[in-house]
Amino acid sequence: MSGTGHEHEDDHSHDHGHHHKETFVTKYIFSQDHKMISKQYLITGLIMGFIGIAMSLMFRMQLAWPGKEIPVFEALLGKWAPDGVMDADIYLALVTIHGTIMVFFVLTAGLSGTFSNLLIPLQCGARDMASGFLNMLSYWMFFLSSVIMTLSLFVEAGPAAAGWTVYPPLSALPMSQPGSGMGMTLWLVSMAIFIASSLLGSLNYIVTVINLRTKGMSMTRLPLTIWAFLVTAVIGVISFPVLLSAALLLIMDRSFGTSFFLSDIFIQGEVLHYQGGSPVLFEHLFWFLGHPEVYIVILPAMGMVSEVMSVNARKPIFGYRAMIASILAIAFLSTIVWGHHMFISGMNPFLGSVFTFTTLLIAIPSAVKAFNWITTLWKGNLQLNAGMLFSIGMVSTFITGGLTGIILGDSTLDINVHDTYFVVAHFHLVMGISALYGLFAGVYHWFPKMFQGRMMNKNLGYVHFWITAVGSYGIFFPMHFVGMAGVPRRYYENTAFPMFDELTDVQVLMTVFALITAAAQLVFAYNFIVSIFYGKRGPQNPWQANTLEWTAPQEHFHGNWHGAIPEVHRWAYDYSKTDDNGEYIIPGQDFVPQTVPMKEGEEELHH
Amino acid sequence: MTTLLIIAVLVLVAVAIWQMTKIFELSQLKTEYAEVASERDNRYNGYLMFAFLIFIYGITIFSFWKYTKVLLPEASSAHGGDYDYLMLISFVIIFIVQTITQALLHYFAYKYRGEKGKKALFYADNDRLEFIWTIIPVIVLAGLILWGLYSWTNIMDINDEDDPLNVELYAQQFNWTARYGGADNVLGGANVRRIDIDKANVLGLDEADPNGSDDVIVKELHLPVGRKVNFKFRSQDVLHSAYMPHFRAQMNCVPGMTTEFSFTPTITTEQIRLNPDVIDKVKRTNKIRAEKAANGEPNSDPWEYDYILLCNKICGKSHYNMQMKIIVETEEEYNEWMATQQTFQQTMASMQ
Repeated sequence: MSGTGHEHEDDHSHDHGHHHKETFVTKYIFSQDHKMISKQYLITGLIMGFIGIAMSLMFRMQLAWPGKEIPVFEALLGKWAPDGVMDADIYLALVTIHGTIMVFFVLTAGLSGTFSNLLIPLQCGARDMASGFLNMLSYWMFFLSSVIMTLSLFVEAGPAAAGWTVYPPLSALPMSQPGSGMGMTLWLVSMAIFIASSLLGSLNYIVTVINLRTKGMSMTRLPLTIWAFLVTAVIGVISFPVLLSAALLLIMDRSFGTSFFLSDIFIQGEVLHYQGGSPVLFEHLFWFLGHPEVYIVILPAMGMVSEVMSVNARKPIFGYRAMIASILAIAFLSTIVWGHHMFISGMNPFLGSVFTFTTLLIAIPSAVKAFNWITTLWKGNLQLNAGMLFSIGMVSTFITGGLTGIILGDSTLDINVHDTYFVVAHFHLVMGISALYGLFAGVYHWFPKMFQGRMMNKNLGYVHFWITAVGSYGIFFPMHFVGMAGVPRRYYENTAFPMFDELTDVQVLMTVFALITAAAQLVFAYNFIVSIFYGKRGPQNPWQANTLEWTAPQEHFHGNWHGAIPEVHRWAYDYSKTDDNGEYIIPGQDFVPQTVPMKEGEEELHH
Repeated sequence: MTTLLIIAVLVLVAVAIWQMTKIFELSQLKTEYAEVASERDNRYNGYLMFAFLIFIYGITIFSFWKYTKVLLPEASSAHGGDYDYLMLISFVIIFIVQTITQALLHYFAYKYRGEKGKKALFYADNDRLEFIWTIIPVIVLAGLILWGLYSWTNIMDINDEDDPLNVELYAQQFNWTARYGGADNVLGGANVRRIDIDKANVLGLDEADPNGSDDVIVKELHLPVGRKVNFKFRSQDVLHSAYMPHFRAQMNCVPGMTTEFSFTPTITTEQIRLNPDVIDKVKRTNKIRAEKAANGEPNSDPWEYDYILLCNKICGKSHYNMQMKIIVETEEEYNEWMATQQTFQQTMASMQ
């Protein structure tokens, strides 16, 4: 894949020059234009994100003030919070749907879906995705699955409540909890459609990156964003089908009486007929996707952070090839570490040893990435735009959250912190907050590309970043201590154990930080919506970046470039490059766009 | 009180948004490319980056100062000491790396904040540097992996040496039951298909199995100090997880299969109650509970420290209250207690 293929289509004339007249429906709804589809992904993802965050606020308030009457609960949860006291079943449902929405709908579709769609054609130099129709289909299947997931909230017996990992038998037996009836059926249907959507999208991304790069755009001239999206799509294609099979088998167990995951069950006074299945099999299948999934979430964020950081540091990304190598290494390792979620599942301890080994290996490419980002900042001329702040913030939370992975990845140490708040703190920092920072960095940075050159308000961006940065640490740093005190996750309240009484103070602190941080997201929402309509238009290349998307005109039309697609002559990171006399390659300008041919006597200073 | 808090938060949010709208309007008046960071923005955000570094250190110190006391007391099992030591070493490494990398990241963000006319250094790669920060994690992690695997293999090696006590922990929505091997220290065969509620055979023991007739079934786990205990875990309905944090022990209970864990309790309940950390914890907790009692709130009786078994795998509505008391006592006390328990055979006979 790393060849220097110049897959350039010489004849693009059929693509432009005779645009069909677009109606409202073909332009805004059933659009096949990757830019419109990316906006659809982003806005759907953000709406789902607000639902997910609202849920987290509700259960955080429940944890801080257990059993108290909170009117907001009654208003939002209705019969599930009689007199404003939250019911234990709906608590589990909120936790479950929060996890599902944030991981799949916001951070997979909203992040990777949005920016893969926007940037792959624009940064590779293609007029659109390889298949605009499949791309449209991919979005609308995502939309359908979002609708079904949202509808499941209104089911009589409540939505799915078995945790976002939906381990059977809890998820398989309607008599084990009310959420495992219709709510779980809708959850599974929604996820099956989501997986199909994700697969269509991923295949499209892979084909486009491999086949539709413009002339001169060899693999080693691609921006790191595209590398990250490509590799993300590949691990998506490898691992999502396995979740589909797990979901299908679970549907069979639930509806047709098969025994893939169930055996020897006595519940509510009777023995069920299931025999010979094993929940551990489900855990293997689930985490075979579930672990790569966290890298599907974080890799695009890493790619975008690399790009945004380099542009705003006015420096090339440090160690371009090492960055690609570490993306590939992380992707490869991510598919053979799933067992670290199952150290104490009853799986053979020897397997645990193997997974400990592979898991801790993944720290090596991660460390390389972190150090390369830090070195990228060194001796830079940092333009601290909101996108840049979020990129720096991402590196910070990625390090803080990633380091505790050394504890959780170690099968011995995992024994006592497994499924406690220590885990919750770890993965929220390393993949939740970090990926969201990547998303925000991307939105602030590429907003002008999405909305015809309009830019988001920078001051609101600064307010948004600083409150979020302080709040995120405020929520998740103390949470490690709650975990190490032995508090299990997914407890409706901790009052049944006097040993946890003195931790209520910590819960209150975390909840207050969560409320403030969530309020800061309203600032973002306001800025986002207002800027779509009233944002100030900047220049065509507002951040003075090298990549191809900024050579495309601001106005939107299907095809991205009037006339021929630009040709690429250099890599994407010639920032502040100087000749032998210490002068910039282009006098008076500290960046050299990829479309500028190499000057006479100019050397490639990287390898 | 809560209502007041929520209203206060909402009002603050509203004020914040209103203020930001004003900022937004004001910024509209400025020059054309107003939304790209200016010299001033770079300066202030650079300073804030430095302040943020201090904040990260601050919240770390605050958390350690304020919350170290809530952590679990010293391990009460033989392998727990090794566990805690490995944890300590890992944390020392983590905090060294965290302190250095966050300092570099935020200091660089402050130091190299953009200024007009400043020239960034074109610095694309350096093989030696990259080699160094690849090889250092390799060496450190190799050490941690080897140590971790050594401990893991020891902990998970469940064997019959040293005359272990055989105990079954049985999970169901939403309570625990313990079963002892009885006089022969052998657990009788059991399966959920043999459960007979009418005959009080709630764990599904094989009534024909002679090993099972002397089994003792109880709702409170008593363990003799210093004797290895081999646990077998079963679940009758959904996944549960037997979590005994004081002993650094946890294992899932999986319907359809039997899982195992083993540890040796080293500190009796009596002894741990005399541990200074535990005394302080009980004092703090009972102060909170006394306040609750004064307000007439439920669940506010004074508390005595106990080891506890928790369910740590989501299992349904009352997952948050699925627990069993564990009592570690001397061999004599244990034997005395055991002598007062009914065997399975006696229970069955009394039901006839």
